[in-house]
Amino acid sequence: MDERAALFELLLRLGDDCLILGHRVSEWCGHAPILEEDLAMPNMGLDLIGQARSLYAYAGEIEGKGRGEDDLAYLRSDREYRNLLLVERPNGDFAHTMLRQLYFAAFMEPYWREMAKSTDATLAGIAGKAVKEMAYHIRHAGEWVIRMGDGTEESARRMADAVEELTIYTDEMFQTDAVTDTLSAAGIAPDPSTLRAEWERTIDMVFTEAKLTLPKYQYPQIGGRAGLHGEEFGHLLSDLQYMQRTYPGMTW
Amino acid sequence: MTQETPLWEVFIRPRNGLSHRHCGSVHAADEVLALQAARDVYTRRGEGLSIWVVRSDQITASDPQTKDETFEPTASKIYRHPTFYEIPDEVGNM
Repeated sequence: MDERAALFELLLRLGDDCLILGHRVSEWCGHAPILEEDLAMPNMGLDLIGQARSLYAYAGEIEGKGRGEDDLAYLRSDREYRNLLLVERPNGDFAHTMLRQLYFAAFMEPYWREMAKSTDATLAGIAGKAVKEMAYHIRHAGEWVIRMGDGTEESARRMADAVEELTIYTDEMFQTDAVTDTLSAAGIAPDPSTLRAEWERTIDMVFTEAKLTLPKYQYPQIGGRAGLHGEEFGHLLSDLQYMQRTYPGMTW
Repeated sequence: MTQETPLWEVFIRPRNGLSHRHCGSVHAADEVLALQAARDVYTRRGEGLSIWVVRSDQITASDPQTKDETFEPTASKIYRHPTFYEIPDEVGNM
């Protein structure tokens, strides 16, 4: 596969993961269970949206067709988004949101750490900043998963439900294809499949304390990388894109 | 709610060489979550290099009822203020 085309595709995938999860987390703003989390969750959302901006800006540059970060974020249709299904899952309750955050950050932290060694200086720079943000997301979400999993009867039940529902979406993070193979061979981006052991170690550490077990499943849910999203995704986009679709070119 | 998440006082040290200063409080279930909450609530604009949290009920405070006897006797002792003394030029800034 052509390296430049692969790089553009990868930047869209990563940018979409960050934007969509950042948007989901931002939906808690004003609705969090406690004031402290009402600030903590938008903080995490802004980390992710910041990463998305850098990735989209670079994607636009690599594509070379004059599209900028706003065009890529706001003016694509659902089938053109390449994010993981995990990150678009609805927030559910606080247990679902924290588990989703832990699952994603436990993957992205080692991913960005490897990416910091990339032969591509721009990607290495984005990674160097993002890795610290993801380390904090693991800590923040991990501590909550521990307290809910090993908390009251109700919190433990909610946490177990979240594990049951979300774990089938984690496999997609580690999948490889022509895009990841081309870029890992060129030393531009890490091979996601090599990060599974570290992800499992992180989750295992949290789950042991949280008295949770990682379920085995037969059929992973995949499709986001090919633009096949869940039915909730269209509603997410209608929220996210409303202003640009209604008032094209609007700035503020 | 407040039983499960007691109040914690938050102290932030903005730079090396300065001391921690009280900046507010958070509710949290334990010390680890209190530190995280303090980080998320009070250091969003790069205010801090170090955070202390302490449970509010662990602080012993002076009694407002006794403020006259506690604080007023110092009011008449202006010679305790450093401005009372003339500082020789050689000393420079103090």
